[in-house]
Order: sequence, then structure tokens, then C-alpha cells
Amino acid sequence: MKISYFWPEMREACELGGYIHRKHVLGSNRIKAGKPLAWSIAFLLIVTAAQAQDASQLDKLNQQIKQLQEDFQKQQRELRENFERLVREQQAQIDALKKQLEASKTNAPAAVVQPPQPVVPEQRLSTATVGTPATPTEPWSPTAPIRIGSAQNYINLSFDALVAAGTSTARDIENLQLGGHDPKQRGFTVQNLETVFDGKVDPYFRGQANVVLQIDPHGETTIEAEEAYLETMSLPWNLQVKAGQFFSEFGRLNPTHPHTWDFVDQPLVNGRFLGEDGLRSAGARVSWLAPTPFYSELFFTIANSQGGTAFSFRNEHEGMPFLGRPSTDRGVKSFGDMLFVPRYAASFNLTDAQTLVAGVSAAFGPNSSGGDTDTQIYGVDLFWKWKSPNQHAGFPFVTWQTEGMLRRFEASAFPGDLVTPALPRETITDFGLYSQLTYGFRKGWVMALRGDYVFPDKKALYETIVGPDPDRANRWRISPNLTYYPSEFSKIRLQYNLDHRNLIGTDHSVWVQFEFLLGTHAAHKF
Amino acid sequence: MNGLIASTDMKKFFFPLLIALLPTTGHAKLNVVATIPDFGAIAQEIGGDKIKVTSIARGTEDAHFVDARPSFIRVLNQADVLIEGGAELEIGWLPPLVNGARNAKILSDAPGHVILSRGIRLLEVPTGSVDRSMGDVHPLGNPHYWTDPGNGKIIANTLTATFSRLDPANAAFYQANLKKFDERIDQKLAAWTKALEPYRGTKVVTYHKSFDYFLDRFGFELVGTIEPKPGIEPSPSYINALIPRVKGAGAKLVMIEPFRPRKTPQYVAEAVGAKLLLVPTSAGGNEKGKDYSSLFDYDVAQITAALKESK
Repeated sequence: MKISYFWPEMREACELGGYIHRKHVLGSNRIKAGKPLAWSIAFLLIVTAAQAQDASQLDKLNQQIKQLQEDFQKQQRELRENFERLVREQQAQIDALKKQLEASKTNAPAAVVQPPQPVVPEQRLSTATVGTPATPTEPWSPTAPIRIGSAQNYINLSFDALVAAGTSTARDIENLQLGGHDPKQRGFTVQNLETVFDGKVDPYFRGQANVVLQIDPHGETTIEAEEAYLETMSLPWNLQVKAGQFFSEFGRLNPTHPHTWDFVDQPLVNGRFLGEDGLRSAGARVSWLAPTPFYSELFFTIANSQGGTAFSFRNEHEGMPFLGRPSTDRGVKSFGDMLFVPRYAASFNLTDAQTLVAGVSAAFGPNSSGGDTDTQIYGVDLFWKWKSPNQHAGFPFVTWQTEGMLRRFEASAFPGDLVTPALPRETITDFGLYSQLTYGFRKGWVMALRGDYVFPDKKALYETIVGPDPDRANRWRISPNLTYYPSEFSKIRLQYNLDHRNLIGTDHSVWVQFEFLLGTHAAHKF
Repeated sequence: MNGLIASTDMKKFFFPLLIALLPTTGHAKLNVVATIPDFGAIAQEIGGDKIKVTSIARGTEDAHFVDARPSFIRVLNQADVLIEGGAELEIGWLPPLVNGARNAKILSDAPGHVILSRGIRLLEVPTGSVDRSMGDVHPLGNPHYWTDPGNGKIIANTLTATFSRLDPANAAFYQANLKKFDERIDQKLAAWTKALEPYRGTKVVTYHKSFDYFLDRFGFELVGTIEPKPGIEPSPSYINALIPRVKGAGAKLVMIEPFRPRKTPQYVAEAVGAKLLLVPTSAGGNEKGKDYSSLFDYDVAQITAALKESK
């Protein structure tokens, strides 16, 4: 195993050696060949000189020969000196390489005690012309992320558990909370048990898979293949491709996992438009990092448009009516029946301590209210962060995050059956937004406040026939919370929700949430 | 007529835009990105005007908890060289930036990605069984090695090798700058050692284990830390146990970086009869320590002044 590590160095050392060897042979040949050649020239010159009639010319020639000899000897001396210097230099490099090899060999076994020693310059491990500095000689240690495949980093493994407990005054808690991982019952809820695998696939891709276990209110354990995708590492023209099953890059919150959220539950607008499990499907995404002086990136996703994770699209809503109508899956007949999700995001450093990220997103795709009806969702998002330029462990900071969305749902005409009356064709428009503020006031402590508001554009035609729809009704929610992070790997959160639903009433909920993370050190995306 | 005006206006508008969008080509300076300003400062001394240096973290902040601001994705996208400290110093924020940058030159095995810890003997490499109940112990050893100016020379040497390999035309220039840097650090190191020589063996308390290499270099002794474990905040009971322990050991100084909370260290210093000192560990950590050697000039002057007073 180790041999392969040292191979490049060894090869380089050999090549260096070979180079010196060749040089040596060549050099000495040249010296040997040089002498007779010079003498022959000298001889020819002498002969020519002897034939010369003029004595002064002879003198001149003699002088020339002398000069020539001196020049030649000088050249020879320089040549030898150069050569010797070269040999010395190369030898020094070989020695340095040997030292490096030895040093890395002694470093190789796990957990070697390295006595605190001042490093003297002779111990330098690399010299100016020595090859790769990246000698992976780091020993594996038990605190390193759990990695499968010898001491190599073939797969990083981590496990995250998110559990909530609490209660609510709502009679219908399961309808109160719109997120699939939100607590939906009095008592304890196992929100999310997430196992993450990630690593470099080969020189071209990195891969990631998030497998989620969840225990539903009936006590059944469900498993969710939440994400599994590969991502290119260095395509030309600043492009990056992601393919597999993944959260669509729509807005700011949708592509993230519940344990990274600042609140116990999902914002109402995400639940109402993008569904309880967020907008995610099997598909492919290409993104382009634009060559602007600031960060700006263009994303374009093409994905499947069916199922509960394409909530406002080809979703059969488990046989329940949606926006007044029963759903029927129309299948995929053409390219236009796929889900398209474009997004543009840009970021600006407002000051040394303040950063702004702004984005616009859209999602276009067919819906299952009829054979030719589509849904369009548009979103804008804004994230602002101030972080102290003198931060200690990342604190203090203030963030402000807001997302607004609009959904246009083309509902097809329904002829009417035993259950549902006849309904006309119409376009139903809804709005929603949330805005949240967090303040990390001292290490490990964050307080936050979120406001949610979802509302319809106007009463839909179907509502005048079948009655008002609670899934479109005006609703707002105010959620203050306080989170304590004992370390980067755990948290405890207390949250209160004041929740008002038109047609239903006002409810109060209190949730405690805790989280722990094992394995790979989480890196935080901005 | 109107159309003509419109089209010239369009040209006026689009032409600069087009130029701005054109990728900068040609044999420009080496574009070097350093994770922390100390590496950036050393890189600048070696590369001079042949390179352009950007440092991601600021000298005034905690290097473990830097924000992965999206602007750095763009910076890394353009980079020829990425200088990383390694040993998990930047593990919490660098990987997403490198992933987003889509730049083959700075991927983990590329010649443009330098991991400096690999050339350095790290202190406190854990032995035996360790887990996170011991705090955020770095399994590869203590990553704050640049606080020993001797290691600064190794860093300079590694960077010279990298720059020379990527830009062979200027190799002699880099080599000459390395020589100058080494000579200056040697000279300074002798002066710093001389200044601190009378205080060899002084017992100190630090906040995080970020001064260990510095203390080791100048023969100071660490007798306790304000943090009970790496990355874990102190509890009152821990502080109450720490005070008699470090007082018994004869602690003279409580050294913390300027970005740490002051209250608890101040309390400990007063209770122990030691002096609280704000000592930056990074170039740019305050206005006096702008580059790598002036950082130590400032720190050494601070420490000698404080110890002279307390004698």
C-alpha cells in the first residue's frame, strides 16, 4: 500500500539519477573528444603558419594559437566546474529526497508521537526543484472521519439524528405542520435520521448520497432515498454537471437538509408550493459560474415531474383532490412534460463583514389536473449576513433570510362525477413568503425570529362551487426560538409557534429539538 | 436616424460589457490564493510583483470558523495556486469553496494545491484512542504551526518550490527572494530569541492551543488553557479548578488572541496574579503586525514589556 505512495518520488529520484548519469557520460565524452579536436586544429594552424612566408605573420599566428590554447583550457575548466557543480546539486537533491522518503516512512504508522523539536533548516523537506509537495503521509487516527477503504479517503460517512418533542393546541396537528420532517404529534417525533456518504468517485466526479430514516406518527419506520448524485469537479468553461436524485436548486432553503435549518419546521410557503419533502427528483443539472467580478452562477435543472416530491406538478396527491380537482397522471409524452428549474444567484460583499446573496428561481412543468395543464412557480430569495471581523468560533453574527414565491396553477375543466361537481377551467394564483432573522450573540447561542405568510390571489371559481379551500386560505405564523450549540456536533432548540389559519383559528405550539452528528466534520456552505 | 443612435448606444453599452466578460488570458502573474493571511504574506515576500495574492481569512478572526463567502468561489475559480494550511485547520469552510470553484489547477492532487502542514513536524499528534468527547481534537496534530517563525522558513521554502515549478521563467527570482526571506528571518529570530532569553521557562496560560509552536520555539511553558478541551467553552467549575492549578504552577502570563472573549481570561489572570496579554497569531491581526515578521516583532515586544514589568 505504502509503496505506491512513494512511487512518484522514487521514480523522480531515479529519473534524476539517470539524468545525472547520462550527463556525466556525455560530459566526459565531450571532454575526451574535445582535446584531439583542438590539437588537430592547432596542428593545422601550425602547418599553415609554417608555410607562411612572412615572419610577422608567423608571430601573429603563434599568438593566435596561444590565445586559442588558453581559450580552450579556460573553456575546459569552466566545463568541468559546471559539471561538478551540477553533480553536487543533483546529489543534494537526491539526499533531500532520501530524507523525505525516510521522514515519510517514519511518519507512516498511525499515531506516532512526534516530540516537540524546533525544526532546523536542514530538515526541510523539499527543495526548489523537487517534485510534488503533496506527499500523503498523514497517519490515520481514530478521530478522523470514519472512512471505508484502508487508510484512504474513499468514502466519508456521517450520521445525523434530529429529534423533536412538544405539543400544540391544534386539534389537527398533522395538518398544522406542512413539512414532511416537522413534528406532527404531541410527544416525541423522530424527524430525521440521516446517513451521508460522500467522497471523490474518481478524478472526474465527487459523489454524495443521503439516506434518511424517519419514524412516522404511527410508529412505522420509513426510508427515503433523499439524495444520491454525482457532481463533476473540473469541466471546462466553468461548467458543472450534477446528475442523479437531488434537491432542485430552487430558492435558498429547498436544496438544504432539515438539520441545517434555523427552525424546527419548514416554512409554510415551501410546504404549500414545493411540498412536504421539498422539490427534488431524479434529473440532471448544469451550472455555469459566470466570469463576472462578483460571484454569479446560473443553474438549469431538468428533472422528472412526477410524484410527491414534484408536489405542484405531476402529483396524484394520494388520491385526494388538489385545488378542488381529482388528479390523473398523464405520463410523459414529450420533452415538454419534464420539470425545468432555472435559477440565477449572485453575491456581493457589501463590506468586509457583510455579505449579500440574492437569487431568482423558477420551476415549470405539467400538472395532473388535466392533459394539457402546466404549473409555474417563481421565487426570489435574499440572504444577508453580518459576521464580526473579530469572530471567535464564528460568533457573533446576524443573518436575514427572505424568500417569496408565486404559483400559477392551470387547472383543467372537470366534467363532474358522483363525488365532485363539474368545474370550469381556470388559472389559480397563490403567493407566499417567509422572512427570518437570526442573531448569534455569544459562542454557541443563537436567537431567531421567523414570520410566515401565505395567501391566495383571489377566490378561485372552484371555491365558489365546493366551498373555501383551507390549502389556499390566508395563513400567518410567528416563530421565535433559541438554540444552544454545546459544540459544532450537537444542538438543543426551543421554539414557539403562534399560528393563525383563516377558517380554522389560532393555535400555539411549543417544540424542543435536539440534534447530534457523528462522523465527518461538517463543512458549511454559505 | 433613431436606429443609428440606438445602435451606437448599444455599442457603448455592450462593448465594455463584452470586454469585462472576456476571460483574462495571456501570460499574467501567478494568481495565488492563501487560506490565512500569514501564508499570503509569506507568498507575497517570495513572489513579489510576479504573483497576485488573495487571502481568504482575515488576520483578526478565528481561522477555524471563516465564512465560505461565495465571492471566494469566484476567486478560487481564477486561482493558479491554492495555499492551504492543512491538518484540518480549514476543514469547516474550504471544501465547499473548492467544490464550487471547478478549477482543475487547485483540486486536491493538482500541483497548484499546496498543503503546507505536510512539510512540517506537527506537535500534539494524538496517540492512542481519541474521540470527540475530548473536544475537537485535530487527529493530524496541532495546526497552528505558523506561530513558530522557524516553520515560516519551511513554508517559504515550500512556496518557492511551488512557484518555481509553476512559473519556471521566474524561478531565479523566487529563489533570490527566498534567500532574502531566510536571511531576514534568521536575523530576526536571533533577535527575538535574545529578547525572550531572560524569560525562558515562563509559565503561561492560553485560550485555545494556538500558541504552542510559539511557546515551544522560545522555551515558554504552557500550564493551562481557558478552554477545557479544544473548541469547548469553559464552565465556571472548570475555571474554579483551573485557577489554583495554574497559580500553583506559577503562571505569569495569560495570552489570548484579540478575537477571544476577554471576561473569563481577565478573571483568571487577576485571580492568578498573572498579566493578560492580547497577542495576535496572524499577520494583519492588528495594525502593527501587518506582515509575517512584524507580527512577531509586535508579539515579542508585547511579551518582553509585560514580563519586564512583572519582574
